[in-house]
Amino acid sequence: MATQLEPQTRTDEEAFRTEVQQFLADNFPAELKGQSNALAGVDGPTDETPAQTKWREAVGARGWGTPTWPKEYGGGGLSKAQAKIIDQEFAKAGAYNPIGGMGVMMFGPTLLEYGNEAQKKEHIPPICRGEVRWCQGYSEPNAGSDLANLQTFAEDKGDHYLVNGQKTWTSGGQWADKCFAIVRTDKSDKHKGISFMLIDMDTPGVEVRPITMISGTSPFCETFFTDVKVPKENLVGEEGQGWTIGKRLLQHERTNISGGGSLARLMGQSLGDIAKKYQPTGADGELADAVLRDKIADFEIRWNSFLLTARRAMEESKAAGGVSEISSVLKKLGTKLSQERSELLIEIRGLQGLGWEGDGFSGGELEAVRAWLFGKATTIYGGSTEIQNNIIAKRVLGMLDHQ
Amino acid sequence: MAVLNEEQEMLRDMAREWTVNESPVTEFRKVRASGEPEAFNRDAYATMAQMGWAGVIIPEEHGGSDFGFLSAGLVVEELGKTLTASPLVMNTVAASAIVLGGSDEQKAKWLPKLASGEAIATLAVDEGPNHDPAEIATAVSDGKISGTKAFVHEAHGADLFVVAAKDGLYLVEKGDGVSLTTRKLTDQRSHADVTFDGAAADKLAKGGDSLLDDVLDRARVLVSAEMLGMAQQVFDDTLDYLKQRVQFNQVLASFQALQHRMADLFADLAQMRSAVEAGLQAVDGGFGVARAATIAKAEANRVMHKMANEGIQLHGGIGMTDEYDVGFYLKRARVLEASFGSSSWLKDRFARLSGY
Repeated sequence: MATQLEPQTRTDEEAFRTEVQQFLADNFPAELKGQSNALAGVDGPTDETPAQTKWREAVGARGWGTPTWPKEYGGGGLSKAQAKIIDQEFAKAGAYNPIGGMGVMMFGPTLLEYGNEAQKKEHIPPICRGEVRWCQGYSEPNAGSDLANLQTFAEDKGDHYLVNGQKTWTSGGQWADKCFAIVRTDKSDKHKGISFMLIDMDTPGVEVRPITMISGTSPFCETFFTDVKVPKENLVGEEGQGWTIGKRLLQHERTNISGGGSLARLMGQSLGDIAKKYQPTGADGELADAVLRDKIADFEIRWNSFLLTARRAMEESKAAGGVSEISSVLKKLGTKLSQERSELLIEIRGLQGLGWEGDGFSGGELEAVRAWLFGKATTIYGGSTEIQNNIIAKRVLGMLDHQ
Repeated sequence: MAVLNEEQEMLRDMAREWTVNESPVTEFRKVRASGEPEAFNRDAYATMAQMGWAGVIIPEEHGGSDFGFLSAGLVVEELGKTLTASPLVMNTVAASAIVLGGSDEQKAKWLPKLASGEAIATLAVDEGPNHDPAEIATAVSDGKISGTKAFVHEAHGADLFVVAAKDGLYLVEKGDGVSLTTRKLTDQRSHADVTFDGAAADKLAKGGDSLLDDVLDRARVLVSAEMLGMAQQVFDDTLDYLKQRVQFNQVLASFQALQHRMADLFADLAQMRSAVEAGLQAVDGGFGVARAATIAKAEANRVMHKMANEGIQLHGGIGMTDEYDVGFYLKRARVLEASFGSSSWLKDRFARLSGY
């Protein structure tokens, strides 16, 4: 139900809206209209055009890319209502938020919660200005779903730690300036022996090797640490608190994998419409292949009920002021359905939907192939579907631990 | 659960309290044991009507509360949880036909009685075992209706039938020219083939060409709400059972193979609830009703089907016994799945509505 705003609040909000509109008029380069945020992703280098730099600096100086973060660390210091106004006005003007990436989505919120004053002062402002790229040092060759089995060891050397080991699946590792990592500081306790620390990627002994995926791209890396010196002040929280801090960060990650983006954008183009371009149709414009037609409708109905579920989770969370219990199913459902959609798209297009490269394929067709292949990762990373099922069964349904 | 207003929360809580205390599944067992073809408890229905449940979608001027379909769905969901046998769903759908298509006189004559429980109405559309509103042979001439409707829900208790004929919907009272042949189905509820042989028929002349579709969409979302309650109950009962049944010296709930199946069902149930609630809300909002109702019933069919099967399997041998309730849900589920649109019919309709 709509809440009646106090007249004063409403006037303030309108004044703020005007301020945002003026800011856009003064600072947003027209040539960037409709573009998306190159920095926010993890899948490309950081080459910027002068216009992109100008826009990033303008938004960063105000802290409006991270509008609700505290002003003292470079955030906007704004209310949620004001943040929403920024979103709305940027969208209206065709402007993207140039401040993004893992620093904004995962690391920043975690450091604001667990970091000490000096760490927040040092690391948060460059994130707010979009000047630094962070990567995540979590998974290891023998610590995937069983993340707490990680073996990368940080040895106490008095004023610093000496880190040795290997991380893998480091998203954007080849472009990152810094890494937030969970490492072992105590070999005698699986969970309490883990600590959360920050590592400069240009420290001697850090080596990054991109991994070529089945999609032909290399968004992930292997990262090797050989006698890497990490100053003691880069420890976040206490020694042994890393598992708690690290899990908190993963909550931010899951929210971003499943719930991000508007429903309309997620909906995508109707598969039925696409199919009509590739497949024969009957007298009434219906797809002639009744089996394929049934498959598409079956998928689209379930895709719709997933989108309705994402919306319901949002509404329930807002109304209850906490996380809705159905949020736990969004990652599992959304990733599986996206994969199904990719598979159906190939079935609809036949071999034309399996092009690897060349002029015989449209850009959209080629993109869909790479997305289909890369999409296989979505049910593995960020806590695999099997891990999500464990979490739902244990935390939501109260079924006992099988271990 | 959709975000509710205060009135809706009160209504839902009242329905939950009443069904749990006054109408648990043991009440359905009594109805079944009685063998009465109308298959519901008249006293219980009178109480439900007194609490206002028969008039939730009927305008206030005609004795209802006009709370709308989301509100009606909340009550129906609770009734579905305990398999409460009553004509409430069909009465509500039939009343909606009069609300949408009736003249002032027809509304004044019937709606107050349907809201108070004094009279009961139902809907008679299909003429064969599969839902097919495009194939209707029943016809009216000189105000007399002739034809046979198959598997009409709640036919035995009905005082009034809303009947689909070739040229629209008609009101037909029970009595001369109306005869019933009981069709006993797995759900042990009231179903009958109803033959109209020159019975007096009063046309619902308003509501336009889409009246039949609009009424059927209301049937779809409300039946889906009943299925939602049933699916939720099967899920809850199964989870409880897994938590207490011990084999190999441990509760079944501690086996990962079963945990993951329950996690899947939990996700399915979340989708079903979202789709059903969105269907009910679409009827109240009056926008995108055909599409939303199709999605609602298709998801209700898919998830209810799976839930009933998994419920039996996860209960093991005792799930096969008449002593346990889970089998009742399976036997009601299939009847509702086949009514007002099977899964394949609904997918065909979704594709047509989407232009492919």
